[in-house]
Amino acid sequence: MLKIESLRAAVHGTEILKGIDLSVRAGEVHAIMGPNGSGKSTLAQVLAGRESYEVTGGTVTLDGKDLLGMPPEDRAREGLFLAFQYPVEIPGVTNIYFLKAALNAIRKHRGEPEMDAIDFLAYVRERMKLVEMDESFLNRSVNEGFSGGEKKRNEIFQMAVLDPKLAILDETDSGLDIDALKIVAARAIVVVTHYQRLLDYIVPDRVHVLADGRIVRSGDRSLALELEKKGYAWLEEGVAG
Amino acid sequence: MSAGAPAAQARPFAALLAHALPGEPAWLAALRSRGRARFETLGLPGPGDEDWRQTNVRPLAGIPFALAGAAEASAADLSGPGIASALPVRFVLVNGRFDAGLSTRDGLAAGVSVSDLATALRTAPSEIEPHLGRIAPIDEAPFAALNTATFVDGALVRLGENVVSSEPIHILHLTVGSGAPAAVSSRTLVLAAPGSSAVVVETFAGSGSGPALTNAVTEIVLGAHARIEHVKVQAEPEETWHIGALAGHVARGGCLRSHNVSLGARLARNDIGARLDGEGAECVLYGLYLADGAQHVDNHTWLDHAKPHCPSWEVYKGVLAGRARAVFNGRIVVREGAQKTDAKQSNKNLILSEGATVHTRPQLEIHANDVKCTHGATIGRLDAAALFYLRSRGIGEAAARDLLIHAFADDILAKIPAAAVREALASALYGRLERDLAVRP
Repeated sequence: MLKIESLRAAVHGTEILKGIDLSVRAGEVHAIMGPNGSGKSTLAQVLAGRESYEVTGGTVTLDGKDLLGMPPEDRAREGLFLAFQYPVEIPGVTNIYFLKAALNAIRKHRGEPEMDAIDFLAYVRERMKLVEMDESFLNRSVNEGFSGGEKKRNEIFQMAVLDPKLAILDETDSGLDIDALKIVAARAIVVVTHYQRLLDYIVPDRVHVLADGRIVRSGDRSLALELEKKGYAWLEEGVAG
Repeated sequence: MSAGAPAAQARPFAALLAHALPGEPAWLAALRSRGRARFETLGLPGPGDEDWRQTNVRPLAGIPFALAGAAEASAADLSGPGIASALPVRFVLVNGRFDAGLSTRDGLAAGVSVSDLATALRTAPSEIEPHLGRIAPIDEAPFAALNTATFVDGALVRLGENVVSSEPIHILHLTVGSGAPAAVSSRTLVLAAPGSSAVVVETFAGSGSGPALTNAVTEIVLGAHARIEHVKVQAEPEETWHIGALAGHVARGGCLRSHNVSLGARLARNDIGARLDGEGAECVLYGLYLADGAQHVDNHTWLDHAKPHCPSWEVYKGVLAGRARAVFNGRIVVREGAQKTDAKQSNKNLILSEGATVHTRPQLEIHANDVKCTHGATIGRLDAAALFYLRSRGIGEAAARDLLIHAFADDILAKIPAAAVREALASALYGRLERDLAVRP
């Protein structure tokens, strides 16, 4: 489903990603772990199309389509979803208006009819129950005045509404009641996290360790547990040596 | 240019200045000559005038304006920003003259009257005399002086004691051009007796062709505990110069709320403010201005805190694109003895292009020691993080920009009283945003 080959990216001329290879198949959960500054969040942002990062090499495809050539909105319409580490507050735009605009843009792209207000409300209420979010959030401005936990939950709620093929969760664990996550089924998940705590809830098929812009080790779940025990230092030493 | 030759500057308007209505009372003739004299002394403001440093009206001197004559307006001209059809009460002035055929006054509550000023000056001069020309600062403001010398007709709104007008009162000022440069002096006087309450909407629109100068003065007198919500919508054509003054006088416990929406004209200058002249008098000034292309929009606001315990609250927001220029100057005067004044001022600007500029300035003059006065100004671009966030959810770039611009303007729009006005204005505003502003990078 997602295929990353030799991906390199820089910000302000400094290379952050130095050749990433990763392949995620439908139904799989991959965890990308690593110390702060290893490039985890950069990878997530580059995949979603953040323009402040410059892709300097490599390819990324989603179901065979070239992702890097698409603007961010087309990536989303093709089924990519990034749950932000720091969700953005947008005063004056209500959650419900925002989500309806997003869902209908995606449906239009897929050649499906746009949802009217009544159908949308029914659909969105059902999704809210799924992630146990209070209905009052619908008419509040996007993330404005939300607590950290509420912001994270709102990300998962958006994911539940937009129903992506591939979800990238960037440090979603901090402050999140993780039960909500288990219910929301994207068809593939990439979890970006510093700690393995989240992985008790979303059990990964593969764990990759990112250090200094490269994947330095891949393994199964036991790698995450090993990291928890030993920290990251032993891996970085390995790279340096 | 120096300010040393006022007579020469004023000469282009000489044709406008020789005006008197037949049978005018002596006090009005005296008021008019005072206006004429003040305009001739002050002349057209230039860059040396502190209040006009950023706004150049000198080109007006080179345009041979004549007082716009009576003109025919059609029902189609009423559609303007869409507000006319939304409101049942409509008082239409075409080129500053009352047009009975286009006006409807059926929905007015008992105790509310809207009449044409020319007639009222004959039938009820004693009600008008104590107020006309005494609220707007005509001695310092050349255009208000010019208007006073030259207005032909206008609107008089009267609210009886404790009368609440259920319907908004809509005054539509239409400038109909005939190709030749035309000047219109629009005059409005609102007299709100103690305890009365109303929403007064003034819309400025135009049709026809040729350069026009709309020079409007509105004076609002609020008795004790009276409450007026004033909505001004300026949607004039791009050949028009719009100069507008709104001046309020608020007695004890009264409340004036002004909503000033500026969309059109090549150059728009508003002088809006109130004197809070009794304990507990309150004034709220909201403003929203949109400008693109080569438009210039200047809002000078003033709040005169003359008595203690008066709150004022002011929020002006602007969206600028193209090579548009915006000026905001917020003057707050707290007079000696006006203790416990609580004044808050904010001006926020959203810039959508490299070429747009904003000059913003607070101007505080505080002569009392136990007061709270705060002010703040921002000039910013669309938030890149917010844009990316919206796009990352599948919303296209143009739609995302549009959404953020609406969100910026929305809190001012949301304050506009009467749902019909708000909705008509929202669609006029958003229509303009979509057409002219949102898609430009």
